[in-house]
Amino acid sequence: MSAGPARVSSWREARIVAIERLTPRVSAFSLQPEGPIPFRPGQHLDVRLTAPDGYQARRSYSIASAPERPEILELAIERLDDGEVSPFFHDVAEVGDAIEIRGPIGGHFIWTVADGGPLLLIGAGSGVAPLMAMVRHRAAAGSDVPAALLLAARTRAGAPYRAELDRLADETGLALTLALSREPEPGPREVGRRVDAGVVAAALGRLPAPPSHVFVCGSNAFVNVATDALAAAGVAASVIRTERYGG
Amino acid sequence: MATRGFTGRRTPSDAAARTPPGQALTDDFPVLSAGPTPKIDLASWRFALKVGPRTVKAWDWTAFNTLPMTRLTTDIHCVTTWSKLDTAWEGVAIDDLLADAGLAPPTGFTLAHGYDGYSTNVPAADLAGPKAMIAIRYDGAPLEPDHGGPARLLVPHLYLWKSAKWLNALQFTERDEAGFWELRGYHMYGDPWREQRYHDDP
Ligand SMILES: Cc1cc2nc3c(=O)[nH]c(=O)nc-3n(C[C@H](O)[C@H](O)[C@H](O)COP(=O)(O)OP(=O)(O)OC[C@H]3O[C@@H](n4cnc5c(N)ncnc54)[C@H](O)[C@@H]3O)c2cc1C
Repeated sequence: MSAGPARVSSWREARIVAIERLTPRVSAFSLQPEGPIPFRPGQHLDVRLTAPDGYQARRSYSIASAPERPEILELAIERLDDGEVSPFFHDVAEVGDAIEIRGPIGGHFIWTVADGGPLLLIGAGSGVAPLMAMVRHRAAAGSDVPAALLLAARTRAGAPYRAELDRLADETGLALTLALSREPEPGPREVGRRVDAGVVAAALGRLPAPPSHVFVCGSNAFVNVATDALAAAGVAASVIRTERYGG
Repeated sequence: MATRGFTGRRTPSDAAARTPPGQALTDDFPVLSAGPTPKIDLASWRFALKVGPRTVKAWDWTAFNTLPMTRLTTDIHCVTTWSKLDTAWEGVAIDDLLADAGLAPPTGFTLAHGYDGYSTNVPAADLAGPKAMIAIRYDGAPLEPDHGGPARLLVPHLYLWKSAKWLNALQFTERDEAGFWELRGYHMYGDPWREQRYHDDP
């Protein structure tokens, strides 16, 4: 192995050490690189797959695990049925396989406890991944920065990390709301509709003061709905950061 | 290193020659921006051409639309690895803008600025000729807000983060100054054919 810090742009091998199904469409893949990869919550990795003839595909995936554990990085990958890379992870990849990664990448969609709060996180589907890194980091650091997380999914079973988020809500004071558009009987910490201005206003209301940092992650359509609702609630665009997964 | 079990989906060979390394073709038009999409009213829209802090000339929407319009059909490449072929744009070539302001490029460097506070650096030479424009129409219709409307820079031979959305100023600078993503780990130049994605890519 080479001495000195690896360059962000150099590809490194990582081994898949665990695969966990989070929802019918999203699984968590834990990757162990040759050496630790220090990162900040919200950053992503580039993943590269190589076919026998040398053809390569690469995609970006947010790191979902806490930076307190740089030895094993977790990705939460959603299966897009007509996709090239995400179905590979879901249908082909197994524990023990090696893939190539590089990073950490990204210098904008980042929050650490030193940045303070109040913190508002809004995500849909696998867009929860970088937000998980933030709330896990907040918990690992024992921070009491006020934080709220609004997670959108169709159904309860379709909300990634639901059990862990419930635990974080119980133990770390995270103000959790699941917006479940196809769940007729919403339970505690749930609302039975899509994210709209009212749902966002309610999430804002669970913070002791207006947020100084807002992170929104998901499809472009979702990010637009959420940021419009934030604007309607009077949140300044300057405190809102977005990560759009394309689509 | 081959990845066990990965075969991949190939780019058709006629398009492959137009697809830079590490890119995959898409028929969609994905949106990637760092903050909320600004809603900009055409009545208050302004675009300024600057040299350092000094505004040389500014245009409102009506005046801007009297400038000569250029059409450009070109391939575009986003650093997040999608490329899109044959995209059709219409707008004002930078050369025509400079001519209208009576300005010859006073330095070799520019920063493009957006309404959202975004900025990105582009060498003046990369804005010259038919290579670059300020686009106001895409695919025959006014440019949508998600894609940078009313007006965005378009420098299609560089990764698309250089094509600043919601453009409100083009500023000549004495030195090559890093913009928003360049300060956050991305490459100062961003040539897709040389895969200049991150700051330490050669
Ligand atoms: C910074 C960044 C971080 C990301 N983090 C994650 C993450 O943590 N988890 C995750 O699952 N994905 C994440 N993505 C998206 C990921 O990089 C891939 O785009 C995604 O996995 C699809 O790749 P694919 O090869 O399976 O599909 P492709 O073959 O690339 O695309 C298949 C089809 O789906 C469309 N498509 C692409 N993306 C989407 C989408 N998001 N929704 C709907 N349609 C889409 C394409 O246009 C195409 O038509 C991230 C993207 C970025 C830019």
